Amino acid sequence: MTTTLTRLRVPGAFLLGAVLLLGVAPLALSDFRLSLFAKYLCYAIVAVGVSLAWGRGGLMVLGQGVFFGLGGYAMAMHLKLTDAAATGEKLPDFMQLYGTSDALPWWWEPFANPFFALAMTVLLPMVVAGVLGFFIFRRRVKGAYFAILSQALAAALSIWLIGQQATTGGTNGLTDIQGFFGYSLDDPVNQRMVYFIIAAVLLLLMALARQLFVSRYGELLVAVRDSEERVRFLGYDPANVKLVAYVVAAGMAGLAGALFVPAVGIISPALIGIVPSIGFVIGAAVGGRASLVGAVLGAIAVAWAQSTLSDAFPAAWTYLQGLLFVLAVGFLPGGLASLWFVLRRRRTRPTPVIRTEEPVAVTVGETA
Amino acid sequence: MTVVLNQSFTGISIGAVLLLIALGLTLTFGQMGVINMAHGEFIMAGAYTTYVLQKSISSAGASLLVALPLAFLVAGAMGALLEWLLIRRLYTRPLDTLLVTWGVSLMLQQLARDVFGAPNVQTAAPDLLTGNISAGGVTFANNRLFILGLALLCVLGLTLVLRFTPLGRRIRAVVQNRDLAEVSGIATGQVDRITFFIGSGLAGVAGVALTLVGPIGPTMGTNYIVDAFLVVVVGGIGQLKGAVITAFALGVLQSVLEYSTTVSVAKVGVLVAIVAFLQWRPQGLYTLRTRSLA
Amino acid sequence: MSGFSISRRGLLAGASAVGASAALSACGAKTGTETSSGAGAKADTSGSTVKVGLLNSLSGTMAISEVTVHNALLLAVKEINAAGGVLGKKLKPISQDGASDWPTFAEKAEALIKDDKVVATFGCWTSASRKAVKPVFERYKSLLFYPVQYEGLEQSPYIFYIGATTNQQIVPALDYLKKQGLTRLYLVGSDYVFPRTANKIIKAYAKAKGMTVVGEDYAPLGSTEFSTITNKVRTAGADAVFNTLNGDSNVAFFKEYKSAGLTAKSLPVLSVSIAEEEVKSIGTQYLEGQLTAWNYYETTPGAANTKFVKAYQAAYGKDKPTSDPMEAAYISLYLWKEMVEKAGSFDVAKVKAASDGILLDAPEGKVTVDGATQHVYKTARIGKVGSDGLIEEVWNSGKPIKPDPYLKGYSWAASLS
Repeated sequence: MTTTLTRLRVPGAFLLGAVLLLGVAPLALSDFRLSLFAKYLCYAIVAVGVSLAWGRGGLMVLGQGVFFGLGGYAMAMHLKLTDAAATGEKLPDFMQLYGTSDALPWWWEPFANPFFALAMTVLLPMVVAGVLGFFIFRRRVKGAYFAILSQALAAALSIWLIGQQATTGGTNGLTDIQGFFGYSLDDPVNQRMVYFIIAAVLLLLMALARQLFVSRYGELLVAVRDSEERVRFLGYDPANVKLVAYVVAAGMAGLAGALFVPAVGIISPALIGIVPSIGFVIGAAVGGRASLVGAVLGAIAVAWAQSTLSDAFPAAWTYLQGLLFVLAVGFLPGGLASLWFVLRRRRTRPTPVIRTEEPVAVTVGETA
Repeated sequence: MTVVLNQSFTGISIGAVLLLIALGLTLTFGQMGVINMAHGEFIMAGAYTTYVLQKSISSAGASLLVALPLAFLVAGAMGALLEWLLIRRLYTRPLDTLLVTWGVSLMLQQLARDVFGAPNVQTAAPDLLTGNISAGGVTFANNRLFILGLALLCVLGLTLVLRFTPLGRRIRAVVQNRDLAEVSGIATGQVDRITFFIGSGLAGVAGVALTLVGPIGPTMGTNYIVDAFLVVVVGGIGQLKGAVITAFALGVLQSVLEYSTTVSVAKVGVLVAIVAFLQWRPQGLYTLRTRSLA
Repeated sequence: MSGFSISRRGLLAGASAVGASAALSACGAKTGTETSSGAGAKADTSGSTVKVGLLNSLSGTMAISEVTVHNALLLAVKEINAAGGVLGKKLKPISQDGASDWPTFAEKAEALIKDDKVVATFGCWTSASRKAVKPVFERYKSLLFYPVQYEGLEQSPYIFYIGATTNQQIVPALDYLKKQGLTRLYLVGSDYVFPRTANKIIKAYAKAKGMTVVGEDYAPLGSTEFSTITNKVRTAGADAVFNTLNGDSNVAFFKEYKSAGLTAKSLPVLSVSIAEEEVKSIGTQYLEGQLTAWNYYETTPGAANTKFVKAYQAAYGKDKPTSDPMEAAYISLYLWKEMVEKAGSFDVAKVKAASDGILLDAPEGKVTVDGATQHVYKTARIGKVGSDGLIEEVWNSGKPIKPDPYLKGYSWAASLS
């Protein structure tokens, strides 16, 4: 009986999630709240990747903004081009205002093709991550170096985008997106459709990540996190193991960015720089980086709290936010998800257990 | 020719600012491995110390001189408190200190907003430091010379402390081999706290100097934090000379690129150069040789 | 136990049914077809109060400037309520924090329109935030009153532009510089839309009117390192610097400028984003004698302004300066009130129709709403920073200038849009 229960726990939870996301939320939430929720789910998709790369792989991916942005811009460029074509213009609106030339830049041209653009939302981040990761992990750059390097890249990309106003929209980013593959985003019905797509993608990616977690590869990844040297001595190449996690996480962030565009109607450098990149991992850290559900719920909860509490108490919210990071990361390294395990253990066993059940990224001695 | 000389001085003065903001980090990050994102807010604390002092000491020159040691104490005390409250619990998880101190930095920024208001505040610079010296067509801004001097003085002081004092010996011992230091009777916890005090204090001193060239406001720390980390990372962990060379090299690179292209391109260029450099030498310019495998 | 697993299967079937049906029903309007459903957000005017939305950054980097605008808006709401409200209804201000983040602005705009059902929204500062909310206001056919000078080239049917457009600030400033014989300009700006567009206009003007642009440099927003730019400015042989830097960068720029030995006498700087509040945070030590271009100063003469300054300082503190964007924000509420009362209704279409010709004796002088462009006739003013930190007017355009956001009335600007 217990085995049946255990066997059903994961599909059961998955099902419950599916019912909540695809059934309850659309019925319970107004159009506006649902579109906000769609935005939070985009952050949750990033968190799935973060959970894989950071929670399981110990890679502190502090540059997810880069991949989110690449995916977002790839999608937004296509949508801007179709918007322009729909009104009979050759160039997107901002290029007519700020541009210096009447011709579309060559690197915009292929994005007019929907299949190319869609593929790029995932492939572009993955290729960039692949190239970066290939060199970074081979050279055994890790720990703090990797984190700071990621931050530097996020800063560089956002400054570069801002500087190229004529072709990227500069600080404004790409705004005022009207249609989504022929469907008008003005129509609440289509907004709902976008929500369903995002929710379905999130569920799908969670299932995929879960399979990765329990696969042989997942175990290897955790082994690399906990003791890279030993894995190397066993004959595996840790660089490749990490590379896969990094590239998959980047692809997920790219997809999240691409879905963010129709959900919110904007992509801008403000979503790419250092601060948003930290934001992408914070949610996962608070919820529980190594636990898939914890990371996803954490990302949603932090985003929700951000937009709800910051109006009512802008100052108090900032303190609360800071305190939350300090307490959750500092004192509950497994995140809020581990709280559940700690409490459950307390209930089932008479003696309190200090050790948390979920493994935690411990990176002793990486700074030498 | 004068252009080249002027730009060289500009590069050196950018480097001096970088050095000053990164110096404290060479201790807390370089020696102790703590990624303290609140370092920028300790710089801010130093700047606000200058501002508060000017309200009671009207002479700009005198207040600046008093502010230097006072900011060192204020920021240092904040750092030591942070170490005692949080960081000492996280030495086994250096990456988590990044997120925890990020939270601390958010709270400190809001605190500054609540105490001093959201807008920037102004401090007056002493007349001596707003002028310049002209020699052979090259203009040396006095405030930049002051910052250069201050940065070099801090490097000298720090070197002397680390090399020749019993405290410095203990700090080095803890960095090189914590366990061995501990069994040799060094109170490593205490050494950590003092190291953090000095490192954060230096951020405070940087804050005082920055009032001469930049804005003073709740978010000023965020302007400098990543640059500061990059200097230490490129320079190599635990190496003062690495940080010095890196700061000036980045300063000169930045000014050359700025002059020949645009500021945005220069900024991106410097960041990309750093990423490429770390591919070539992932441990930075200089590394502390240890027997650790990692 | 098998019953347990069946019930789970039942859930699965239920969930997929709900999901599939929802997805199937989700075949809404195609692009290009007009939808009426978007305008489903009706403002609520049924009670004895109506809600007005205030959308400013109360946190983040822009809070420095936007909090003062927010204060001015609240002051106007309070005054209007004390005088009996609008059409007999009291105003209830709903503040939303844009948090200096453009997507957040769009989200909050939607919250104001759909959740709070506000009758009109006042706020935004940066062009990027305005661009982000523009589609939201257009989608729900709700009104935004935008209080800041901006780069022009925009005319949304659902935005009233209460700040100056380029022909009411930048063009008169260029006229002034030309008249002073300062014809060789160096352009320094932050790297975003307003400075880049402004400089495009300046270059077109210079080309047509015999002025020379000897250099052009942009610094990333928030940049605080200006030694190279100052070096370039010093050696370029310019007569004046046209400064479109924003925020923190100004502090660093002027500190560098002074230590490079440049002064208002040797090489004057004309700034378009430095108002009284910024003067305070940079310091008169660095700014004395430098020029600014606006439509309003705290020192602008007139009874309306005396009343405004007095009321603002009574509410927020004696040492608090008033500035151009604050004044524009303050009058935007009064202009909206006049429009509503003329229309006799809060209805957006009627308010828009009633807007043309609305006249107000504002602190900045007489202003008139131009219904065609939904901009405002404004008097251009050049000021000089005094030793007391206030800005004294040295020149004005004499009469309010007709707004021309696309510079259609200027032949030299033909190539711009």
